[in-house]
Amino acid sequence: MLYKSFVDSFSDYIIDRNEDKCILCRICERQCSYEAHGFDKKNSVMTKQDHKCICCRRCEAMCPTGAISIRENPSQFKRNSNWTASHRKNIYKQAETGGILLVGMGNPTGKQPTYFDRMLLDASQVTNPSIDPLREPMELRTYLGRKPDRLEFEEKDGRVSLKTKLTPQLKLEYPIMFSAMSYGAINYNVHVGMARASQKMGIYYNTGEGGLHKSLYPYGANTIVQVASGRFGVNAEYLNVAGGIEIKIGQGAKPGIGGHLPGEKVNEEVSRTRMIPAGTDALSPAPHHDIYSIEDLRQLIYALKEATDYKNPVSVKIAAVHNSAAIASGIVRAGADILTLDGYRGGTGAAPLVTRNNVGIPIELALASVDQRLRDEGIRNHVSIVVGGGIRSSADVVKAIALGADAVYIGTATLVSVGCTLCRMCFTGKCPWGIATNDQSLSKRINPDIAEEKLSNLIRGWGLEIKEIIGGMGLNALESMRGSRHRLRGVGLSESELDILGIAPAGK
Amino acid sequence: MTTIDAKGVYYKQLNEQIKEAVANGAKRIKLTNVMGQYYIADGITGDASIEIEGVPGQDLAAFMNGPTIVVKNNAQDTIGNTMDSGKIVIHGLAGDVLGYGMRGGKMHILSDVGYRVGIHMKSYKEKVPVIIVGGNAGDFFGEYMAGGVLILLGINPVREEMPICGDYLGTGMHGGVMYIRGKVDIDRCGAEVGLDKLDAMDKKLLKRYLEDYCKDFDLDINEILKEEFTKVYPKSKRPYGTLYCY
Repeated sequence: MLYKSFVDSFSDYIIDRNEDKCILCRICERQCSYEAHGFDKKNSVMTKQDHKCICCRRCEAMCPTGAISIRENPSQFKRNSNWTASHRKNIYKQAETGGILLVGMGNPTGKQPTYFDRMLLDASQVTNPSIDPLREPMELRTYLGRKPDRLEFEEKDGRVSLKTKLTPQLKLEYPIMFSAMSYGAINYNVHVGMARASQKMGIYYNTGEGGLHKSLYPYGANTIVQVASGRFGVNAEYLNVAGGIEIKIGQGAKPGIGGHLPGEKVNEEVSRTRMIPAGTDALSPAPHHDIYSIEDLRQLIYALKEATDYKNPVSVKIAAVHNSAAIASGIVRAGADILTLDGYRGGTGAAPLVTRNNVGIPIELALASVDQRLRDEGIRNHVSIVVGGGIRSSADVVKAIALGADAVYIGTATLVSVGCTLCRMCFTGKCPWGIATNDQSLSKRINPDIAEEKLSNLIRGWGLEIKEIIGGMGLNALESMRGSRHRLRGVGLSESELDILGIAPAGK
Repeated sequence: MTTIDAKGVYYKQLNEQIKEAVANGAKRIKLTNVMGQYYIADGITGDASIEIEGVPGQDLAAFMNGPTIVVKNNAQDTIGNTMDSGKIVIHGLAGDVLGYGMRGGKMHILSDVGYRVGIHMKSYKEKVPVIIVGGNAGDFFGEYMAGGVLILLGINPVREEMPICGDYLGTGMHGGVMYIRGKVDIDRCGAEVGLDKLDAMDKKLLKRYLEDYCKDFDLDINEILKEEFTKVYPKSKRPYGTLYCY
């Protein structure tokens, strides 16, 4: 048998260095936090260890002479469609360690259908002509929060005003928010970028469950703060400085599993913000032990509302699972103002592979069934629905909203826009792109000013595209398309899938 | 002294009255005829002291930051949820999940408490939350405890037939310390804790915390200290550090 680690024995990637182009500047060596590149001083040559390469492509990007390219190792295990290479490698790892396989980001296997790709949008032709967003005003503004069953108006001196007292709402200029990624899982510089971009674009970002760094309090009006089972960094000031509050029950990438920030990532600043000693594991288990029922959930929702004098809407975030519709109904009746649904394809800094790849359901199906259930029960207006977990483009945003969402959360797309290449090793804390790391020298690779600009650009670009699409449908306000499933058609879907999505097949 | 009659008042209005009194500078507030109203003193900041006559409801002093609350009776569940600082004194017994995620301040309870008391307690630098229970405690005492101090005395139990603590004591504990009067059965403890005798520093701390407790309930500290205490400590700051592979 092999008396050394299987993991070290087979490399997934090969680092190709063109010796003619290499000038021995050793930038690749300094840039690689996984130590795949090295330098042999004696012989004055660059060295490499292919098995350490994670294919983040940082060295490739930073090499001043373009000498490096990373490619997949063509030498593979003998092909077997049932016993795939990854099945075999996972068994090697577990046989060596006896541990739980840990993975980062969303499920990359693509084995389940992405329903967004099986749905096509409508456009106007001849009658009800399309609207040109370049010339006509287009409205994307979205309000998140409970809406009243009826509105009453009063007239005074010829002026009509609203008599009904509205509950607090989050005002969004775009139906897109940066989703919950904790300070600790990702670093301060990325949080600064998200906070500033949110303020600039009139949207919100979510702190995740790692607390809010004091220096970001000025962006509180564009911040949704999270309260999870570990209660990291939660106090009255944190709740009150925010625009909204979210109770995290579940996460799409790991339904039924809690958060677990390893002690290595808990440095001095993270510890101050989380209010725990440095180096301690930050454990946030799946169950909130004060919540065993819808009534208990109601108790926490109202504890938060009382603590903030009812000025902040409260969201409850759950993972998309089999009975999401019934659970959602309970959440709405418990008093949540916003319901956040996180789908199967959602990202994460760290999750057990077995959970990420096997637990939960795709967001499209969960969204459609939740929206339908709340409509059937006549309580859809009591809550706004925000969905995350698989939103990759403005097309996904539009399709989600047509299916019934009020707005979307983007997590992976947020990180990609600041340079993440989806190498999926977030849990090691060594992110070469300076995102999912608190290492001081690596974190500096994110410039908050540039992050702010890139994030703002992404929102602006998607906003323009959304306007093009809804304009093409002959609409001048996103609100007019919300929940309009007749604007969607399915291709290659079974009858039961079409039924759950509440859409007709293309051609019908 | 500002007196607020809580009879027949819904919690929302009651809390509005309390918050208004605090905003107007009231330092001593008395609530009479309290009958299970939720969220009393939820999120209140300052140094007011609030005396409660009657039984306050769930989530008493959640997210509270500073005030002192004295309950002249029994109290219910989830007291001091994520409490930041201040003090709660309960002249009776209290329910489940007290001091969840508590990050500072003190909670003194004369008699028994229910399940999952002091879970997820945290401390950071000078902020060290302390819960002292005079009676017995239910299962999962100090579960996932990450900081702070839990003291369990077993001297004033109402449920005398119960053991001083339930099962799964300190399960998942990775910070903080517990002092339990008398012997602790290791079979009742979570896998993550160890048991030990108190050293000189522990004894000094324990005495300091108990002096304050005894003053609140007019108890004799020497009587309490007659029996030896057991220290319950986390074996690791990172109990699940070796759980994963990649």
